[in-house]
Amino acid sequence: MPPIKRTKFKLAPEQLLDMFYWLKLIRAFDERLSILVRQGKVRSGVYTGIGQEAIIVGTVFALRKEDYVCPLHRDLGSFLMKGVEPRVMMSQMFAKTTGLSKGRDSALHSGANELGIFGNTSMLGANLPVAAGLALTYKMEKRDNVVVAYFGEGASNTGDFHEALNFAGVQHLPIVFVCENNQYAYSVPVEKSMAIDDVADRAESYGFDGVAINGNDVLAVYQATQGALARARTGGGPTLIECKTYRWHGHSEHDKAFYRSDEELAMWRSRDPIPTFTTYLKHMKVLDDKQLQEIEAHVATTIDDAVEFAANAPEPAPEDAVTDLYA
Amino acid sequence: MPELTYLEAIRQALAEEMRRDPKVFVLGEDVGPYGGAFGVTQGLHEEFGELRVIDTPISESAIIGISIGASQRGYRPVAEMQFADFVSCGFDQIVNQAATLRYRYGGRASVPIVVRLPSGGGVNGGLYHSQNPEAWFVHRAGLKVVAPSTAYDAKGLLKAAIRDDNPVLYFEHKYLYRREKGAVPEGDETVPIGVAAIRREGRDATLVTYGAMVRPSLEAADRLSKDGIEVEVIDLRTLLPYDKAAILQSVEKTSRVLIVHEDVKTLGVGAELSATIVEERFEYLDAPVMRVTSPDTHVPFSHVLEQAILPNIDTITDGLRRLAGY
Repeated sequence: MPPIKRTKFKLAPEQLLDMFYWLKLIRAFDERLSILVRQGKVRSGVYTGIGQEAIIVGTVFALRKEDYVCPLHRDLGSFLMKGVEPRVMMSQMFAKTTGLSKGRDSALHSGANELGIFGNTSMLGANLPVAAGLALTYKMEKRDNVVVAYFGEGASNTGDFHEALNFAGVQHLPIVFVCENNQYAYSVPVEKSMAIDDVADRAESYGFDGVAINGNDVLAVYQATQGALARARTGGGPTLIECKTYRWHGHSEHDKAFYRSDEELAMWRSRDPIPTFTTYLKHMKVLDDKQLQEIEAHVATTIDDAVEFAANAPEPAPEDAVTDLYA
Repeated sequence: MPELTYLEAIRQALAEEMRRDPKVFVLGEDVGPYGGAFGVTQGLHEEFGELRVIDTPISESAIIGISIGASQRGYRPVAEMQFADFVSCGFDQIVNQAATLRYRYGGRASVPIVVRLPSGGGVNGGLYHSQNPEAWFVHRAGLKVVAPSTAYDAKGLLKAAIRDDNPVLYFEHKYLYRREKGAVPEGDETVPIGVAAIRREGRDATLVTYGAMVRPSLEAADRLSKDGIEVEVIDLRTLLPYDKAAILQSVEKTSRVLIVHEDVKTLGVGAELSATIVEERFEYLDAPVMRVTSPDTHVPFSHVLEQAILPNIDTITDGLRRLAGY
């Protein structure tokens, strides 16, 4: 199997600014959630992806509307980019009726088939066989759509990971497996859960290509995704892209993450995907200070509006604890 | 109506539904050219091709997860577990992924999948080819569970399960595959999920059962009839949601209930039925609700041991006599 080609791409200034907007919005959304948990306004279920945003932005930005995403629990940004309104997403976190699950569960345990979003359970890696099933239907219909399935390096140790990637390899499915290797499965560092350095190496045993890239570089993620998508859309089968990154916050907001050093965190914070991209955009004369202010103001307004909306949205009726169980 | 075996009836249901609806497909271990470990899917690969009759790796969790994924794009997959015993390897996808999906999607999605589960003892299968794991799933909201006892129901319930928009676990009893035979309608007839069948009317006692226990229960009822005791035999057919009205109506008439199942006793389906009867019709009862089941053990390999634990005509007859003695 030849390695994926280095795809050439040229993004228009508006597209680059769009990417920048998403990075900023997703970061701001997670940061606000973190505060809302501390204020007791959001009760739990907050697993931020702060520091990992370039992975979602770089991958989802390359997708078509009809393509599917199967996010992991830190990928709130994929919901927003695929078209879930910030108000709805915030309502989901507030457990209000205006959220995706009407208060039945928090966070990303809900989806939207009309937008091409599958919502996983808390069983990490359990979204991967489902992703294979979605991709199987594209193959049956001979469509050139693709499923992008996300998982952490932790979930790559589950049986579902093996079963799904093996099946996808055998069936040559149009699917891109994106590993967000953020170095920790809750408290367990990667070297204590894997005897190899790169999750990408696991792809070889399933008969397809795996690449490890800098997950904090949004354009590198975008480029790798374009290559994998081009392969998948033309019948070339799956690809595994391992994005090396780092989780800034604890596993969830109640986790103080004492198991890692301040130096390690500081090193990774210096590789924050957003300032890097900001510098690039300014250097390329795509972004100036005025535009930056406008984008930041727009992000702040959007988040404020979403919080206001969610905070004032109706609570579910008690009887809804036992509805929507059966079609 | 042509006579078919229970196994042929299942196969016919699959073929007819696949012809009727291009969104129906079959997947599982050895279901392709080989035709399934028991031959249920024989001929399907030939007729429908490898994209609709998919041989999978030994990956029970993926088989069910893939089915769930396909269902989200409007497909109606029928997944085969080679033996019901193996469903433990796909447990998470059923109870956490499929059962909860509609609920956590706020009612905006459904999971129209069927998981076929060849279950039950009496076939010298040993510990891992004989189990009756239906009670694990009856405990989980969001699932439906059916267990046909006749060829007619095997076909009609499978067709209904495939057309149902919820995840349906379809327990097909291996002992019945070639032993159970009967008239089966061709074409579109289905057997509704959630409706029990009264296999024998009676005024003196109610026997509630399902699956491979229906036939020995009927024979035991015939024995009691010779002593002048008329037993009403209810074949549940669906275990979740079960036909409570049919049971309670019969209890009002007979005031005595025996529950018979092949699964073990503790927290088996019978425990729930008994609790419900006592809760809702206590004033009608003339005797304790009784059970004939396998004891709390595994299904052993030795013919002697296996026969020692499975309920049979004699043990069911004894149970009915004890019940009638009150």
